[in-house]
Amino acid sequence: MGKFLVRRLLNYVVLIFLATSFAYLLAATNLYPRGYFEQMQPPPTPEAVNAQLDALNLNDQTPLAQRYVTWLTGVVQGDFGQTIQGRDVTDQVWLKAGVTLRLITVATILGSFLGIAIGAYAAVRQYRRFDKAATVASFVVLAIPTVVIALSVQIGATAINGALGFQLFLFSGEYSAGFRGEWWELLLNRLHHAILPTFVLAVALFAAFARYQRNMMLDVLGADFVRTAMAKGLTRRKALLKHALRTALIPTITYFTFTFGLMVAGATFTEKIYGWHGMGAWLIDSISQQDVHVVAAVSCFMAVTIMIASFLSDILYAWLDPRVRV
Amino acid sequence: MSTTETSPKTTAGVPTVPPTPSRVKDIVRQLVGTPRVIVGLSMIALLLLFAFIGPLLTGWDIGERDYLALKSPPSPEHWMGTNATGQDIFTQASAGLQKSLLIGLLVALMSTAIAALVGSFAGYFSGIPDRALMWIADLALVLPSFVVLAILSKHFGGDGGWFVLVILLAGFSWMVTSKMIRGMTISLREREYIHAARFMGVPSHKIILRHILPNMSSLLIADATIAVSTAIIGETSLSYFGLGVQAPDISLGVVIADGSRFATTAWWMFLFPTLLLVILVLAVNMIGDGLRDALDPQSKSRRS
Repeated sequence: MGKFLVRRLLNYVVLIFLATSFAYLLAATNLYPRGYFEQMQPPPTPEAVNAQLDALNLNDQTPLAQRYVTWLTGVVQGDFGQTIQGRDVTDQVWLKAGVTLRLITVATILGSFLGIAIGAYAAVRQYRRFDKAATVASFVVLAIPTVVIALSVQIGATAINGALGFQLFLFSGEYSAGFRGEWWELLLNRLHHAILPTFVLAVALFAAFARYQRNMMLDVLGADFVRTAMAKGLTRRKALLKHALRTALIPTITYFTFTFGLMVAGATFTEKIYGWHGMGAWLIDSISQQDVHVVAAVSCFMAVTIMIASFLSDILYAWLDPRVRV
Repeated sequence: MSTTETSPKTTAGVPTVPPTPSRVKDIVRQLVGTPRVIVGLSMIALLLLFAFIGPLLTGWDIGERDYLALKSPPSPEHWMGTNATGQDIFTQASAGLQKSLLIGLLVALMSTAIAALVGSFAGYFSGIPDRALMWIADLALVLPSFVVLAILSKHFGGDGGWFVLVILLAGFSWMVTSKMIRGMTISLREREYIHAARFMGVPSHKIILRHILPNMSSLLIADATIAVSTAIIGETSLSYFGLGVQAPDISLGVVIADGSRFATTAWWMFLFPTLLLVILVLAVNMIGDGLRDALDPQSKSRRS
């Protein structure tokens, strides 16, 4: 078991390294930082532009291999280089990663738990009213892109706020600018801002999970071991929870790893639309500003989160499925 | 896959066995009996009509501007209203729908083909090819596809630029299916008819293409259907940030993105294209889900 996890972990480190390097090379060859400086007002001299680019290790006249090695030496020492405005990327990564992680973690836990619970219950009540309602709800939500959900929720919130005459829902920013107060007031203010974006992300995840868990649960419900569990005298509730649900969770755990990547991308859109200064919003801004180092850093962050999710699901898998543990 | 099901090939030569029931007929009967598929298909048919006949019905061109009706609500002149530059939403939406459908179909075809080939070769050969192919799949899963697509978005413009987008979208959506196909291939590999083919000296690539993949065709079809909707949603999300299909090409995502900036002041610009998109994806998903239930022998047990 320990060996299995260590081997997995090593493989992940290699994958993260390759993914980040690939993102850097792609960004370095396709983005055009020179253009960012050339369009400044007043236009700087070519020598000044070159000096700037050299200082940032972004000069497209330096061979790509040399730029890559310089960048990589920095990354190995925990330094992701500088943004195109000359600020330290690594410092900002910690700030922005916190914002994104708060959003993703809460939404993932909320969405997957709700989805699994509702999906499993819908399977037990197959073809009853609850099942039908859950199926329709998840089908409709699955048909709407996260971007559209985020926008629609925002529009709805505006309408409700307008009708009520005060700000029941907040949908711009992570906290009120210039807000001062006790620590619990600050916390409340942040929570208030977090409600809608978290809801948007959780809803999208919920639909996928409810659908998947229902199918997996249905596969298991008719299985012999569930019947045996009930035959040996377990209550229906216990047989369903301890035997059926536990088995049906195994494929869902694998599914979780795959959806997490989509979740991170979905968080990008949600952050941008709700004005959160997280990794996703940073990525979109940096691409329009031709900021190579930020793109590489955000890619690394995304790869790491996906790998953490996948590592967690490996552990959960081993916990749920005794066959893996030997 | 249930173990009792045998392919028609193995029973064809035995006279005492009653004629095998036609699989196609069986499937058609089952599909007709699934209301979801019928509703989905009719919705798709209506959307196709809208996408290909719609632009002919209005007198407006895609880029044409009506300077007398800027941002005007739906009227007999403009059935779905106009946008801020006076372009007809109905024409734009139907043209966008065409491209979105095309993108969805092409991406689904390509990604399913890649998934089928990679998964079956990895599963059939095992050992080093298997490890290598699955490692590539893992790498593609870790690469943030959104970053790659966003960086390369400047190549989506110009003539046929949208096809680059199609290739990239397909390149990032085959991994999960390929893993599933690999698993199924491993279990199929030990079947008698595959052994028989191998002992008769049929080359491996022929076994894969003629015996293994056709056996999974039902799963592949169902999965390709779901891939259509995933691709359409992916394109829409990219277009929202201007990173998807580039002008002069237009997709449903582009129309929605344009409309979203006026969603509260000019609802028709956002509502109509969004409704079209939701109906499209819903219809495709319903067909895919119904197909999966009708075609996948594994899921049959749960419906009885």
